[in-house]
Amino acid sequence: MGGNFDNAGEVSSNIKTVLKQIGLPKDVIRKAALVAYESEINIVSYARKGMIRLRVVPDSIMIEAIDEGQGIPDIEQAMQPGFSTANQKIREMGFGAGMGLCNIKSFSDVFHISSEVGKGTHLRMIIRASSAVLNS
Amino acid sequence: MDLESIVKALNLKVRSGEDKLKAEIRGGYTGDLLSDVMANSNEGDVWITRQVHQNIVAVASLKEHAGIILVHGSEPAKDTLEKAVKGGVPIMVSDLPGFEVIGRLYALMNKTG
Repeated sequence: MGGNFDNAGEVSSNIKTVLKQIGLPKDVIRKAALVAYESEINIVSYARKGMIRLRVVPDSIMIEAIDEGQGIPDIEQAMQPGFSTANQKIREMGFGAGMGLCNIKSFSDVFHISSEVGKGTHLRMIIRASSAVLNS
Repeated sequence: MDLESIVKALNLKVRSGEDKLKAEIRGGYTGDLLSDVMANSNEGDVWITRQVHQNIVAVASLKEHAGIILVHGSEPAKDTLEKAVKGGVPIMVSDLPGFEVIGRLYALMNKTG
């Protein structure tokens, strides 16, 4: 999966389809699609391989992005808007603007990131659906 | 306003999604940074960009955009077009620079409401 931009977005698209089938509220699906897409692009851009895991429970969904790759030496720096280590090829495609992780964080209700240099990165995001909406 | 009216008014050439031109346009968004478009554009927007590679189809489809307008004579890459045809995502092209396309589109959409 890493380095292959040809099918980038397919996992997110599948996630979106599943969430739509479940009938989750639109704003939850919108957030989940963004979180999944940015995670997917990060894996394609920076990791050797990775997986995206989706878990749906009654009041929220959890998306995890787990990769094997270079890892992030300074997470605080990586979280700064505009900071990016993307190469020219990635930037030419309109990625690598240093917005991905910030976007993931701002579209999630809970955001966890851990990383080990040379091993990989683990993102865990939770998006909550209000119970009122789910019960309606 | 639907895509078809925009195609006529701006003399756009349609490269894919000809059967989706009746789609109602709710707004527009301009950007070449995909993260920016992912975060800030809305469903039903027409997306104006100069990016031509296949990932624009994934973004437009995830965001449920009404369509994509490529400006300044840009043409979709071969695999972009294949994906757009397969996914039913309208891609339209214009020879005009982005500034002019957006200006005309904005005036048009605000005139008719």
